[in-house]
Amino acid sequence: MENIVFERIKKEIATDDIVLFMKGTPVFPQCGFSAAVAQILGILGVTYHSIDILQDSDIRQGIKDFSSWPTIPQLYVKGEFVGGCDIIREMYEAGELQQLFDGKNIAYNKVG
Amino acid sequence: MALDQNTLIELLAQGLPGADIRIEDLRGDGEHYAAHVAYEKFDGKSRIQQHQMVYQALQGKMGGELHALQIHTSIKK
Repeated sequence: MENIVFERIKKEIATDDIVLFMKGTPVFPQCGFSAAVAQILGILGVTYHSIDILQDSDIRQGIKDFSSWPTIPQLYVKGEFVGGCDIIREMYEAGELQQLFDGKNIAYNKVG
Repeated sequence: MALDQNTLIELLAQGLPGADIRIEDLRGDGEHYAAHVAYEKFDGKSRIQQHQMVYQALQGKMGGELHALQIHTSIKK
């Protein structure tokens, strides 16, 4: 059972350079933490694939086991788990998220 | 199901012995907390690993009884 879910998760995080597991959607986030990460990605103007875990109970539990991380949102860049809301916010404010995108050749909006 | 502040501090102090721990009740509702944790053993760990150590100290309560916890980690000097 777990393997099937993990396979699905691996497929999801391979669909785009940036993948966000969140509650709700970027337009209608259902949780403040998910909204905060979607907002940062919006400011940076990157394209990303988002998965609404509220629509899928297997993924909802599976993603937490997959990353050993108990909370949503979770951001993946090029298949690698980068962090949840606090970490993404800290990285963005310190310019580290932008550095990460630079290092991975991901285009983002450098103004603002 | 909320988790009271003292239980939270106790769990963190047990799991991260010697750490400096400060808890803020962000909305005064016993459900939204921020934890500031300064811990010697965070040295050399990535942010993800530091947060995972905090989650471990909470023994699975994060995401269950505890819905909202902002975590701020730093290395205790």
